[in-house]
Amino acid sequence: MNMVSNKKRIKNLLSFFHSTGMNDFNEKVMKVLLFGCGVFSILITVGIIISLFSEAIAFFARPEVNLFTFFTGTTWRPLSSNIVPENFGVRPLIRGTLMIAIMSGAIAIPLGLGSAIYLSEYASDRVRNIIKPLLEILAGIPTVVYGYFALSFITPLLKTVLEENLGIDVNFFNALSASIVVGVMIIPMVASISEDAMRAVPRSLREGAYALGATKFEVSTKIVVPAALSGIIAAFILGISRAIGETMAVSIAAGSTPRMTMNPLDSVQTMTSFIVQVSFGDAPSGSINGQSIFAVGATLFAMTFIMNIISQTFIKRFREAYD
Amino acid sequence: MEANILPSVKTQNEEIILSTKNASFFYHDKTAVKNVTLNIKKNKITSFIGPSGCGKSTLLRSFNRMNDLIPGASVEGDVYYKDQNLYKSSIDPVKIRQQVGMVFQKPNPFPKSIYENIAFGPKINQFQGNMDELVESCLMKAALWDEVKDKLNESAYALSGGQQQRLCIARALAVFPDVLLMDEPASALDPIATLRIEDLMNDLKEEYTIVVVTHNMQQASRVSDYTAFMSIDRDRIDERIGVLVEYDETIKIFTNPKNKETEDYITGRFG
Ligand SMILES: Nc1ncnc2c1ncn2[C@@H]1O[C@H](COP(=O)(O)OP(=O)(O)OP(=O)(O)O)[C@@H](O)[C@H]1O
Ligand SMILES: [Mg+2]
Repeated sequence: MNMVSNKKRIKNLLSFFHSTGMNDFNEKVMKVLLFGCGVFSILITVGIIISLFSEAIAFFARPEVNLFTFFTGTTWRPLSSNIVPENFGVRPLIRGTLMIAIMSGAIAIPLGLGSAIYLSEYASDRVRNIIKPLLEILAGIPTVVYGYFALSFITPLLKTVLEENLGIDVNFFNALSASIVVGVMIIPMVASISEDAMRAVPRSLREGAYALGATKFEVSTKIVVPAALSGIIAAFILGISRAIGETMAVSIAAGSTPRMTMNPLDSVQTMTSFIVQVSFGDAPSGSINGQSIFAVGATLFAMTFIMNIISQTFIKRFREAYD
Repeated sequence: MEANILPSVKTQNEEIILSTKNASFFYHDKTAVKNVTLNIKKNKITSFIGPSGCGKSTLLRSFNRMNDLIPGASVEGDVYYKDQNLYKSSIDPVKIRQQVGMVFQKPNPFPKSIYENIAFGPKINQFQGNMDELVESCLMKAALWDEVKDKLNESAYALSGGQQQRLCIARALAVFPDVLLMDEPASALDPIATLRIEDLMNDLKEEYTIVVVTHNMQQASRVSDYTAFMSIDRDRIDERIGVLVEYDETIKIFTNPKNKETEDYITGRFG
């Protein structure tokens, strides 16, 4: 009995909400709420950017620092000692970052594109339905795990192969080991975005090529990949900016020695690993050391921001391609 | 129902280039077309007409094994190109498609330049001759040269629908096929562009055999030498199985059809 009357009450309530006037009101409330969500996330982003840049500006305003030597200097020594003063030339960090980005890109781009071609053109629906979720699992592994995988597996492997057999010195912390795991880490992203772009190529284009006597390989590489090229390039750029921003695995595997080196078997420090290093340490806020991470962070932000803009323009182009 | 009707005696000494013998086509377990036997004459235009879903495209696409691309599609019986049994395991469909070309309902140029669209087929088939000349001659044959000769390096997407379709025909010609299969090649075009395609088909007949699917009765009667009328098997109407009802010279099909169903269809009393 109670249940029945409850039901009735709910029904009344529902019909009350569904009456036209109430619907209008609901729509307005929802609109305001959703608008609020949008504004909130924008405000947070703006706040982050402001704090990032204001600290960076404070850093550059210091007498010890110089904007020009920051970008041209080749020595990064954030702590002074009795013998040498601190020195803020960001290029070793940029070089370490780019070295890892380029090497991991060299691994992830061919493998990611290859898997995308396989998934989009060759794999049966059944195989695709197994592999795609597996790729997503790979993408979901915490990056710290990749870091320890590099230290406990890749680096010893490099040491056995290169040092013991070929006599090439391999530093325990080295850029190559970090690049390999970062490369593996971004394969799923490159593969999945490239595959989406390739699957968006209309079937009729493939048929047109098959009808001219093209093989599956020719259709994939000469029709589908070129037609999806802007999407694929966007995938590459997003993958590389992910590699640039990657922190944990790189700090663990590549070490923390800022160095102007070209040798991938040396330890290097990237911009992100410098930032964690200082953050984990006890640099007081407002100190030059504490502020330097904001300058590095702002530089990093500018780099990935530009790359994301480039990839967005590519994605837009590929959306317009077959209208 | 007598489905295996061959063209009349008079024309039997002409050369046959495509044929099917008791060919049936399936998508997964469903029979799409049953027991088709027909011979297609060289250097003639043959049209396939019939209501939607009776299997015209399915039959057409078996002549260059384009059905292979559809998961679950299968064939029973025989389909011949010249003396080759197309569905024998030793046949490479890639080779067949160079000889039996295809033009689709919706123009499907590649997102490349006009020139590259034509050059694509010859390139993948290791064409050794002069590419510029080949591109020009194919565009001439497709009656498109004058309209595009000054913009060969522009995107094919900048052309009108009718121009794109002629580009697709030119592209198909560039791999030196014997046969052109056309699946409703003018259904996406306006009447003027349609007439141009029909004129073009007439010109191409000298060198090529053309098989064309069309829903346009006037078009079938205007362009084709032979007409095959396909329909749904009346005895098993629920299963929607396509059959060949009547096949003869176009003039006979349109003036003196033997089958009542054909007559109803061409006079618009179908259904
Ligand atoms: N890819 C496919 N998968 C499953 N069934 C299909 C497929 N293509 C066609 N069929 C079925 O096969 C039958 C014949 O189709 P087909 O496209 O050959 O007919 P059609 O005569 O060309 O029709 P239309 O005039 O509409 O183009 C139809 O019943 C259709 O549903
Ligand atoms: Mg069709």
